[in-house]
Amino acid sequence: MSIDYAQKIPNNVNLSEDRALQRALEHWQPNYIEWWREMGPDGSQDFDVYLRTAVSVDPSGWAHFDYLKMPDYRWGIFLAAPDPARQVNFGEHKGEAAWQDVPGEHRANLRRIIVTQGDTEPASVEQQRHLGLTAPSQYDLRNLFQVNVEEGRHLWAMVYLLHRYFGRDGREEAEALLQRRSGDTDHPRILGAFNERTPDWLAFFMFTYFTDRDGKFQLCALAESGFDPLARTTKFMLTEEAHHMFVGESGVARVIQRTCEAMREHKSEDPATLRALGVIDLPTIQRYLNFHYSVTIDLFGADQSSNAAIFYGAGLKGRFEETKRADDHVLKGMTYPILEVAGGKLTERAVPMLNALNEVLRDDYIKDSMGGVARWNKVIEKHGVAFRLQVPHKAFNRRIGTLAGHHVTPDGQLVDEATWQAGVRQWLPTDEDRAYVASLMGRVTERARYANWIAPPVVGINRQPLDFEYIRFN
Amino acid sequence: MDASVTTAVVKQHLIDPEICIRCNTCEETCPVHAITHDSRNYVVRADVCGSCLACIAPCPTGAIDNWRVVAAAQTYPIDEQLLWDVLPPAPASITEDPGVAVAPPAANAGGGLAAVAQAFSDSAPGATIPPAGAAHPQVNLYTHREPVTATVVGNIRVTDGDVESDTHHIVLDFGAKPFPVLEGQSIGVLPPGVDAAGRTHVARQYSLSSPRDGERRGYNNIALTVKRVTADHAGAPVRGVCSNYLCDLAKGDIVQVIGPFGNTFLMPDHPRANLLMICTGTGSAPMRAMTERRRRLRADADGKLMLFFGARTARELPYFGPLMNLPRDFIDINLAFSRTPDTPKRYVQDLMRERGDDVAALLESPDTHVYVCGLKSMEQGVLDALRAVCEQHGADWNARWRELKSEGRLHFETY
Repeated sequence: MSIDYAQKIPNNVNLSEDRALQRALEHWQPNYIEWWREMGPDGSQDFDVYLRTAVSVDPSGWAHFDYLKMPDYRWGIFLAAPDPARQVNFGEHKGEAAWQDVPGEHRANLRRIIVTQGDTEPASVEQQRHLGLTAPSQYDLRNLFQVNVEEGRHLWAMVYLLHRYFGRDGREEAEALLQRRSGDTDHPRILGAFNERTPDWLAFFMFTYFTDRDGKFQLCALAESGFDPLARTTKFMLTEEAHHMFVGESGVARVIQRTCEAMREHKSEDPATLRALGVIDLPTIQRYLNFHYSVTIDLFGADQSSNAAIFYGAGLKGRFEETKRADDHVLKGMTYPILEVAGGKLTERAVPMLNALNEVLRDDYIKDSMGGVARWNKVIEKHGVAFRLQVPHKAFNRRIGTLAGHHVTPDGQLVDEATWQAGVRQWLPTDEDRAYVASLMGRVTERARYANWIAPPVVGINRQPLDFEYIRFN
Repeated sequence: MDASVTTAVVKQHLIDPEICIRCNTCEETCPVHAITHDSRNYVVRADVCGSCLACIAPCPTGAIDNWRVVAAAQTYPIDEQLLWDVLPPAPASITEDPGVAVAPPAANAGGGLAAVAQAFSDSAPGATIPPAGAAHPQVNLYTHREPVTATVVGNIRVTDGDVESDTHHIVLDFGAKPFPVLEGQSIGVLPPGVDAAGRTHVARQYSLSSPRDGERRGYNNIALTVKRVTADHAGAPVRGVCSNYLCDLAKGDIVQVIGPFGNTFLMPDHPRANLLMICTGTGSAPMRAMTERRRRLRADADGKLMLFFGARTARELPYFGPLMNLPRDFIDINLAFSRTPDTPKRYVQDLMRERGDDVAALLESPDTHVYVCGLKSMEQGVLDALRAVCEQHGADWNARWRELKSEGRLHFETY
């Protein structure tokens, strides 16, 4: 399954044997590059960056490191190795051979799933395009660029599926993916969280931890799909996605580490004192966490969704780790508890599980997110600091689903508008918080140096030493 | 290697729970399903892992790349790994007793050494194959289940009595039991007693400091260079289990030994071979063995020997006296001291740069073999120095580096 780099578009799908498809993608390619130059990382297209490129999809080949200018990154089409015996593993078609072509009756739904997923990829590149100007170190700048080029590749992955399996509709959707812009009022990206700004590096780390983790869960659910090309595509994307979550988890951990060092050194927990020392106080980190967490869990969609039931029943989108679960994988007659406000308080109500699959995925996501937050707390604990970060209540700050329009505090109290307004400055980042964090964002470009508000990483990328030259600025 | 021989000491694959982000990539990648997880940790089943290293490159964090040398019968079970918040301290063979040679990964497992060598061949700093002309090593003759007993026939301190560093030269005799070794190989010592958890101590490994035909020529004995460990890497007081046991042994005491180990850090046995040896502290053990081998063959060999040897002070340098008595035309000795009062710190890599012309001339020769042994932190410094020397003399280091590795002429033993 090695990747053919001799081709204009590197691929492991024998693209040269399908001339029409190859021409269509070669037509899309320059538009993509133009989009990258216009909306990709700002002012850094000539840097030589120590990047990871896949040279094959097996374990030995997909982490090849070398210096590269980002516009020369070999974006291409890579699918995980096929399993000829693979079946549809859930829903009404369970037990049938996995589909190699789009089943006609699910064409529109599949296209919608792929376009929604595909739209998030260029969106996050757009959201992050100015961060390079304030990177806290070469190491972090390199990680940002790695995330960016791989989001670009994920766009390629989705565009391949659109071109290959959805004909003219697919080609139009692929073009539209390059037309929408994050935060643009006239042509916004499809999902709300992808139109938010990523104004600073703490927001970036929170985004890669929380929001890219939503990406992981969506990809995991799609990797179970009965539509085999989608499953194989997303499976390979997951290996790349892991790096993005690493950037987030270790990034926040390093910010916490630096803050705790300052707290211990100066024996202070006072945010004002710590801000004077140029580190980010833990309550501010908690407010950022609350914001990114609550915005991200909205991405899973409404608590009850007939679309989710249709996607599952049709075998298009499974649950997280579908094939590792012990139930019947059809789910008829099963129920699942969802949260709602009834009689002035938050209560749980059992609904048919098929309709609650968004909630099932959201709860799996929540469990996974909490693990990392617990590991951040270990960093705090290690420094002998009593503060603990908390994941807010699932109903906190929700804008989508039955909980939208209610005010719930981070610890799960349903409150009225006045109480919410009185407390919100303690719960969500204030303009002052954002301005303070923004004030710390200066650019560090020397090797082995790190901005004052963040600790150096424990290990270098690809086991390189910490003073490694990750970027050659030219 | 004879697959029927049980490997007594294995290099167990572990995942660092402090660095791991639980992304599931390793579990997804593992071809033999050796990796599993619960809500807390990702762990590796030692009895299933074949050291194929498929999981190493895909790991985004580096958490996956952790290894502990443990007795085969005492690998950490997954139940225990699942409870960890941090990795257990690296066993003595890595952090406690400098001068060790770490055994190769379990060669009896699927994939085996060839796969390990292949997978590490790009990222490893040195060669994963022995040099041409090396004698065939015997390995794993004695195992944890059936160790051999050796008698202490000598134990002397080789650093000055008034310095903090307490390094001993210990000679073990195997009597009538065969124990064939080569320079660069190591042995495992089983310290008596049990650890805090009530398990018998794992074997600690030490490089030999004597040549193949015995510390005393013609006798069935070997020598070890052991530094008494009194502090861990962070400087906290720690009493090294095995180093203290060994340093306190008296003549006539009996020691349980396993091994020998090591099949790549070996010397070429042809007379024209040049040896460029770079070491610090007890990393001198294999260099002493190779030097002594060449001294005994001196009449027939005309290859050059060049040694770069670092220590904090001259008085902490093991074997300082005997070393200085070697003839200048036999070995070119360069000593670097980092803590001599009133003189600037000098490290082996500084000295290598100063002697750049001679180092470069040696590196030009296809008969030159490079050996590096000492603390892990010297690895990059030595590589940088070799690069600088080469580039100053107009040679392409990357090409030479590849050549040295592919021909088994560059060997690292660091800990």
